Formats: sequence, structure tokens, C-alpha cells
Amino acid sequence: MKAGLTFLSTWLVAALLVTGPALADAPAECLIDENRPSYVVALPHVAKAIAAKKLDILVMGSGSSGLPASAGARKAYPARLQAALAEALPDVAVKVTPDVKSRRTAAAMLHALPAALAATKPALLIWQTGTVDAMQAVSSSRFGDVLEAGITLAAEAGADTVLVNSQYSPRTESMIALGTYSETMRWVALLHEIPLFNRFAIMRQWADLGTFELAGAANKLDTAVRVHDCIGRLLADLVLEGAKAGGPE
Amino acid sequence: MAPVATERDLRLDLFRGIALWLIFLDHIPSNAVSWVTIRNYGFSDATEIFVFISGFTAAFVYGRAMREQGFVVASARVLKRAWQIYIAHVFLFAIYLAEIAYVAQSFDNPLYSEEMGVRDFLANPDVTIIQALLLKFKPVNMDVLPLYIVLLLWFPPVLWLLLRAPMSALAMSAGVYALTLWFGWNLPAWPEGVWAFNPFAWQLLFVFGGWCALGGAQRIKPLVDSPVVRWLAVAYLVIAFGIVMTWYFPYLGSFVPNFVGEAIYPISKPNLDVLRILHFLSLAVVTLWFVPRGWPALKKPVFRPAIVCGQHSLETFCLGVFLSFAGHFVFIEVSNSLAMHVVVSVAGIAIMVAAAFLAAWYKGLERRGPPRPPAPAGASAAAGGGA
Repeated sequence: MKAGLTFLSTWLVAALLVTGPALADAPAECLIDENRPSYVVALPHVAKAIAAKKLDILVMGSGSSGLPASAGARKAYPARLQAALAEALPDVAVKVTPDVKSRRTAAAMLHALPAALAATKPALLIWQTGTVDAMQAVSSSRFGDVLEAGITLAAEAGADTVLVNSQYSPRTESMIALGTYSETMRWVALLHEIPLFNRFAIMRQWADLGTFELAGAANKLDTAVRVHDCIGRLLADLVLEGAKAGGPE
Repeated sequence: MAPVATERDLRLDLFRGIALWLIFLDHIPSNAVSWVTIRNYGFSDATEIFVFISGFTAAFVYGRAMREQGFVVASARVLKRAWQIYIAHVFLFAIYLAEIAYVAQSFDNPLYSEEMGVRDFLANPDVTIIQALLLKFKPVNMDVLPLYIVLLLWFPPVLWLLLRAPMSALAMSAGVYALTLWFGWNLPAWPEGVWAFNPFAWQLLFVFGGWCALGGAQRIKPLVDSPVVRWLAVAYLVIAFGIVMTWYFPYLGSFVPNFVGEAIYPISKPNLDVLRILHFLSLAVVTLWFVPRGWPALKKPVFRPAIVCGQHSLETFCLGVFLSFAGHFVFIEVSNSLAMHVVVSVAGIAIMVAAAFLAAWYKGLERRGPPRPPAPAGASAAAGGGA
């Protein structure tokens, strides 16, 4: 029975991960499943940018897109994403600009989005949100409207969008009602045919497999750093697969 | 002494009891066993069952009181019930506060600095507690009881109308629902937003339950029993199942035409989306098909635990919320294995059943009245008169 359940959840996570076969150099611990079904959402603007040898990415996020200052910004997942992409695309100038501030709701980020898009002119917007809205009990229909408005803004600015949902945080799970916000993100992604990077399911899988000890109470910065490294690499996989699918051929 | 028209329908207690178990399983975060609950296979979940049956039984019990004892007495009893639920809600809130206080003291993980924002609620206890007492601040899984309280506060005039002009009462309820969807009415929440279970929307299911209890069920019986409706219900459940599967397996999404998605999403739980109502009604039609009134098996011992839980729904619900906190605590502090998920789920339901039997026993004691001096066997039967 356990095997069956593990199989089911593995398949599920793999399906939600929306990435293709594992790319070259991710460390084994990041991998969720080696036989992931190839469900890929195309990222045409990214494909065009790679063809033009210049890929700019904007990461809009709240606290969980960063790490404490002691770890340094270079260890948080936006920087790890840039490193992974630069390695995979040696002849492309890759630049990931993080716009990360703690405790921002989706609406607050939408407010900051036009200026950030104008400043970075990205081919891709990676938008991490959900947790703060859940803690603030923002109306879920308003949350959905805000997401749609942001995706539209990005599209008008010539950028694809990837949504990144909440972290799996075992200790606060019974205190933050993520449910409706995760569902809203899933529906918005389905409707707009954009990828949802299911960070929650991936981290849940890591916790189940024992890859990372996420329920621990102790202040373990090295775990946090490794988690962000893996998220950056998996995001890079998703971006590259999406670009391949969105390419001219 | 008006004759009782119908005896209590055990199916109500059975399905409310089962709904309470499902709510418990769904309330434990990341519980592997919650894969069995209906929310994973269709649009509606156990909340619809709970609200509908609560409306049905409230109308059944207080409707009789209103006919026999008048509006004032029946209303007083409804309001007393609302007060009890309020007290229960505040009790659960105290447990919630204890839990975040514990986590705030013991947890310091750099990965989760954002999530630790829940501690802010402790930083301003004056505001947090007052907002909770006003039913504006409702932590995770604590949305159902405030909904129930508001529904009961509004229930006396609704019941009055249901007894005199049931169709008008139902039409009024549907009208409020429609206006709510149109104008976006809801009650304010804190720190932001609106109620996660919009009372102006969910009242429709509660009043519909009451309408069914007061003669509506007989009126629509031919419709519910007709083969066309039954097969429509089955078809709807199958389609809903198919659509829900595309949420879990996105590559199936290509089989759902885009215009369908645009038409149906988001399937709002706060506003009790029409698709959720239809899903609940379809489930009800199919259930009534297979579990007819007076189904002999209902008296079998195997259904007894669920029925007793359904008969003591407030106690069972509150205990379920508490046990879901406790179960989650066990997952974190002891073990998060699948075996532990099963053990916690089964043990939690067993505790709910035991508590419900205990509540039934207390109720029996109270009904029997003050204790009598022990009498020899044989005499006691003659002396007993209560109940």
C-alpha cells in the first residue's frame, strides 16, 4: 500500500512539476522522479530571447524567495536559477533580477510590477506568491483577479509568466490556510496555459523521501541553502524545457 | 400534544456523522488518508453535506417547537444553540492560540521566515483576540462554526416563513444567493478580506435543507426518484470526476476544452459555486437511490458509530477540529510515516465515536431527570415516567 501511495504521489508531483526529463547536472538529491512524463508548457518569449543570446528574467516574490542576510543573496533560488541557466546556456547572457521583499501580498507585487517590468524588460516573469495572501486572509477571488492582471501585464510587456506557489512548511501547515490560494493559482495557470512550478508538492515530496528534513525546529541554514539550490535548478529545467517547446520548430 | 408526523430519519445522522469524519480527515494537513475523502473526486466536499443536514435537522427540531410552543420559545431555543456554538468556537480558538504560541517558542528555521509571520498574531493579542471574539479573525479550519452561528441567528424568521409559505421562503433564500453572487456581498474578515464561507451564499443550502425537512422532500420525491434525474446525476458526477482529475494530472488538461475551463473556473467555495451545489445535489440523488428511507441496514450495529456521531454533531465537530491539530502535532513530533497517518486517522475517528457515545450517555442521564433512590427491580419500571 505504501508503495502504491508513493507511486501515486510521485507520479502526481512529477506531473505537476511540468518539466521534461532531468537535465544534465542537477544533484541527485534534487530529483523528484527520473521518469517524469513529458508535460511541458511552452515559453515562446524565452525561446526567442535564447535565440537572441540574451535572457532576462524577473523574479517577483515575497520572503520565501530569499534567505536570511547571513546566507547572502547568491544562495537564494533566483541566484541559483541564474547560475544553472548560465551553465546550460554558455553562449547566452543570462540575468535573473530578483524583486523580493518580505510580507508582500500578490496585490502589493502587482502594484510594483509595471515599474519592475519596465526596468528589467524580462522575457520571463517568475511570480512567487500565495503564502502572505493566505496569512492576511485576502479574498480568494480578489487573489485570482490580481494574478490574472499580473499575467496580462507581463504578456503585454513581452514576457512569459511562471507561477510559483507556497512552500511546504510542515510546522505551520495547520496555521496557514493555503488551500484556496493554491487552488486559485492552479486554475489561473490552467486557464492561461502557463506553467505552475509546484514548489509545495516538490518540497512535500522531499520531506516524504527524507531528502531534506523540513519539519526540524532547529536553525539549520545549510538545509535552507540546499533547498534553494535545488529549487533554482528545477526551475531552470522548467525554463529550458518550456523554451524548447516554445521554439520555432 | 401534536402527534409527531415522522420519526427521525437515521440517514441524516448517518451521513452527517460520515461528513464529520471526512471533515476531520481533511483538516489534518497533508494527511495521506484524506485521499479517501470526496473533495478529491468532485467539486463539493463534506461541508455541503454538513450544512444541508444541519439545516434539515434544525428545521425538523425547531419547526416542531415553533408549531407547538410558538415563535418566541422556538427562537429562544435556536439562539441558545447559537450561543453554545459560539462558546465552542471560542474554546477552539484558545487551543489555536496555544498552538501558535508553542510553535513561536520552539521553531526557528531560516527557510520559513515568511511563514513565521503567523507569530505576529501573538504580538498584538488585544487586537487578535477581539477580532476573534467578533468572528472576524478565523484561523485555519475554524470557518464552519462562525458560519453555523450566523445561519442560526438568522434562522427564526426563516423558519417562521418556512412553516407558513415554504416556497416563498425558498425563493427568498435563492434570491439572496443570486444577489450575493451579483453584488459580491459578504461579511468582513480580519486582517483582510471576507469570510471564507460566505453566509449569504451558504444560507441557500441550509434553508434548502430546512425546506426539505418541512415537506419539501415529499414534494420533490417523484423528481428525485425519476430515472432521468438519476442518470443526469450520475453523468454529472462522472464529468466532475473527469475535470477534477485534470487538476492532479495537468497533461489531461488538454482533454478539457478551453471554453469549458473559462466557463467554470474558479469554482468558488466561499460563494458556494453553482457547480458545487449541483455536485452536492447529484451526490444526494444517487445516495437516496441506494439508501432508501427506512433501509433496514441502518439499524445494523456497523452504522451505529457514524449515526451517534451525527446525532451529537457539535461535540463531534469540535473534537474533530481539536484532534486534527493534535494529529498534525503527532506527524511533526513523532512520525510522518504513512503508517502513522493511518493510525492517527483511525484513532481520531475512534475517539470521536467514543466521545459521541459518552455525549449520548450524558444526554440520557439528563433526560431521566434527578436521580431516584434505588428501587428494587420491577418497581423501577413502574416508577419511571420521564422521557
